[in-house]
Amino acid sequence: MTVMAMTTTTPLLTKEPPLSDTSLTPTESDAAAADLAEEIHDHEVATAPPEAALTGGHGTTTGISNNKLMMWVFLGSECLLFGALISTYLLYKERFQDKFGDDNPLGPSEIFDIPFTSVSSFVLLGSSLTMVLALSAISRADYHRFRVWTLTTAALGTTFIAGQIYEFTEFNEKGLGWSTNIFGSAFYTLTGFHGVHVSLGIVMLLATYIMHKQGRLNQDKAETVEIVGLYWHFVDIVWILIFTVIYLFPQ
Amino acid sequence: MTDSMTETAHGAHDDVHHPSDWDYVKIAGWLAFFTAIEVGTYFFEDTAPRWALFAVLTFLMIIKFIMVGAYFMHLKYDTPWFRRIFTAGVVLAIGVYLIFFLAFDLFGLG
Repeated sequence: MTVMAMTTTTPLLTKEPPLSDTSLTPTESDAAAADLAEEIHDHEVATAPPEAALTGGHGTTTGISNNKLMMWVFLGSECLLFGALISTYLLYKERFQDKFGDDNPLGPSEIFDIPFTSVSSFVLLGSSLTMVLALSAISRADYHRFRVWTLTTAALGTTFIAGQIYEFTEFNEKGLGWSTNIFGSAFYTLTGFHGVHVSLGIVMLLATYIMHKQGRLNQDKAETVEIVGLYWHFVDIVWILIFTVIYLFPQ
Repeated sequence: MTDSMTETAHGAHDDVHHPSDWDYVKIAGWLAFFTAIEVGTYFFEDTAPRWALFAVLTFLMIIKFIMVGAYFMHLKYDTPWFRRIFTAGVVLAIGVYLIFFLAFDLFGLG
């Protein structure tokens, strides 16, 4: 049976399998079959495309998952986006003049609530841990823990966003709106863009949870969770930069 | 087999080297510790030299950035191509915006 199957995969071989030769004894037949199998193996190795040995199970010519590759390219480009926003903030953080040309006394020192934002930072940092634990769980088919960690990550992300909305509301009530001065515009644009990224990450997490509940996401597709995780950790990395540069650097 | 092929093949098969859950918890503990130090500098803003605060905060920020990238994003264990692609984005961003800062004289050199 095995020999017959191999024969069908090697149409280029012209040598007929000797198994049909009833004049051979069982021992001679086994030896001939072994020779044929070896010849087929040699033929397949000789004619196989060179990338076949390097696909790494992803079925790509590079041996790298295309989905992960594209996520990394996307994250590399996101560095430029957030680099632009952080640079713009640093350039304009001391521009307090309002539209009438008067100085608005509300600067970073007056409005930032460092203890509150620190708690938010710990929350987002904790969500990175739960995200990587969710990936670890689905990789070993521990679906209960995967569901728990995924929902915990989404909950921590939602807590962070709730904190940001509270912070923005507080700043607005103190008199710093998005268009109050250039500092306000740069601050809200930077932190707002980050908040939108966190919100999109929460949507992705809930989507993976729903897909899993529908039976469309399991151990075989753990890479999907890994890609969502890459995005989530990137959002965490950006917050590490924002928290230090915007909030903690001495004004 | 070329070097790049070797790296690719290596990267595709090294999933077994990923840290355990307990390793991830320990890494998160270190990240929390570093963050606590960062927050602690806020209470020394009026007493400590500014250059020292900048130095400590920048150092801790870079350490945290690398730790999340290397361990949580698996850059330490995955194929080197991902590390190169991400590093290219980071280096390009730093280069472009350093030029931006120089153009706007943010460092006060002009």
